[in-house]
Formats: sequence, structure tokens, C-alpha cells
Amino acid sequence: MSLENRWMPYIAGALTGLLAVLSAAATTKTLGKTIFLGASTTFVRAAGLIERTVAPDHVTANEYFTKEKVKIDWQFMLILGVFFGALSASLTGRSYKREAVPPIWAERFGPSLRRRAFGAFFGGIVMMFGARLADGCTSGHGLSGLMQMSVSGFVALTIFFLTSMGIARLVYGRT
Amino acid sequence: MKELILGLITGYFFGFLLQKGRVLRFEKQIGALLLQDFTIFKFMLSAIIVGMFGLLLLNQFNLITMNHKTFNVGAILVGGVLFGTGWAFSGYCPGTSVGALGEGRWHAIFAILGMLVGAALYAEAFPFLKKSVLNWKDLGKLSLPGALGINPWLCAILLAIVYSALLILLERKQR
Repeated sequence: MSLENRWMPYIAGALTGLLAVLSAAATTKTLGKTIFLGASTTFVRAAGLIERTVAPDHVTANEYFTKEKVKIDWQFMLILGVFFGALSASLTGRSYKREAVPPIWAERFGPSLRRRAFGAFFGGIVMMFGARLADGCTSGHGLSGLMQMSVSGFVALTIFFLTSMGIARLVYGRT
Repeated sequence: MKELILGLITGYFFGFLLQKGRVLRFEKQIGALLLQDFTIFKFMLSAIIVGMFGLLLLNQFNLITMNHKTFNVGAILVGGVLFGTGWAFSGYCPGTSVGALGEGRWHAIFAILGMLVGAALYAEAFPFLKKSVLNWKDLGKLSLPGALGINPWLCAILLAIVYSALLILLERKQR
């Protein structure tokens, strides 16, 4: 393993920690309240925005959409930014790669795109339902929760990992 | 407007670092869940160590306010199990799915679509969940040092020792 390969996760990780700290300070200073890194609430707002185009009254009447507020906010832009950040990092680092079916998936389920789409789609549904119920994902509970030493973060991240590790072992086996 | 620009810039750097840390890839995520590839653990733990001390320092000088997510026992248990199950199938968590799309792994779009559907379904199920799972037992916003009754700095130092030990262990195991 090259030296760069060996150290990159640590350097990128430590800088992400620094970014989280700077971001907490910046949001407090400019917006008057501390906002921590997170991702899953954005999917609620995006779903609400999409649903509103076909059934506006239904979205207005929905208690959860009202609670989380269907609008484009800081975190929504954060997630949009993640897309562009990853895009430019992969292009400049020459690691951009068009991929339809990842090799580990193909090894287990074959090269069918339809099957991969099906797995990712239903996995996505279950994952997001769980994230909303738990009130956070690997970013909100995992990174932000553990950085703040929140009890909920430790418990949530432990359950996330234990379950996903068990399922991954069953699904992908010891390849 | 300031809120949106700040979010976008923060997200750009977040996505950039996630990509450079190589944690966006399906094979890294599943590799972590199968305990074959420790990239994600290295990234997360370094981010958490730096972020933990940084946030504590800012909090000490009242430059931010901590925002612990509430420890709703039933919600975190059930939601956590659902999240972990979906994560193993989709191979992405909510934040990394968008980054993975940015670096060309376009099958992440199916996970993203699934998550939008999952969020919409959760919004529909919310009134029922509020009366059941969410209503079982809520222990409120707890911090680990608060719950243990110890100084936050001591708690952070102890956690940093545990995290570092874990990282050393992972480095040894990989060799």
C-alpha cells in the first residue's frame, strides 16, 4: 500500500473534523444558531418539494412535513454541495469512474443492472425510513453525534453498524 | 441567502474530503461492514477525534451551542435496525449516496430515489409512529459526560484514547 493510500483516510478525516468545527462556528455566527453536519432531513424536504408539485394540499396537511418544513435550507445546499465537491475531487484526482453495478454486488447477484437498481432502491426506502425514525443517519448521529458526545449518537451508530454488519455478512458472505 | 451559500460551500468541502478519503465507494462501505477494509473507520474516527475537541473548545467559549439529539429508545432501536438493513443493501448512507453519484457511480441514483420514497412513506406513517414507537420511552437530550457525571474534557480525553487504541488495532490487523 502506498504512503498516500495509507494516510489519506486519516488526513481527509481529520480535515472533515476541522470542517465540522468551522461549520458549527460559522453557522452560529452568521445564522444565530449552531447547525451540525447531517444529511437525512434533506430527503424529507426534497420528497416534500416533489410531492408538492402533484399534491400540494396533501403536503400542507401532513404533520411531518409541517414539522420538518418543506423548503430549501442550509442542509439541502450542503447535500447539493457534497455532489459538486465529490465530482470535482474525483475529476482532479482522476478517480471519476462511471459504474452501473459495483463488482462486489456483481459477484453476489450477477451483472444485472435491474437487480442492482432494485436492491439499491428498496435498500434506500428501508434505510431512510429508519433514519427518520432514529432521527439521524451516519452523518447526523454518527459524525455530529459522536463529536458532541451525545448518548443518542453512540447508541444509534452502534446499532447502525451492528445491524449492517450482520446483514452484510449474510448477503455478501466472506468473499 | 447567506444560509444557502454557506451550506453549499460547506457541502462542497465535505464532498471533496469524502471523495479524497475514498469513503464514498460501494466497495469501501461494504468492505467496512465485512471488516475487510478499514478506510471508513479511519476516516470517521479521525474526524470524530478532531471534531470532538474542536467543538468542546468552541463550546467552552460560548461560540456554539451543543445540540444533542434526543435519546428516544424505541425510535433509535427500531430505526437503527432498519437503517442498518437498508444500508447493507444499498451500499450507501444518505450523505455518501449523493457524493457517490458525483464521482460517477451512477447506480447510487436508485438508492437516492428509494430514500426519497422512504422519506415520503415516513411522513405518511408519522401520525401512527408518534402514538407507538416514538411514544415508548424518550430519555431526552443526553450528553455522555453529563450522563456519567464527569468533566467533558476528561470524557473527551478518555474517548480519544479508546478511539486511538481502536485505530492502532485496525492498523495492526490490516498488515
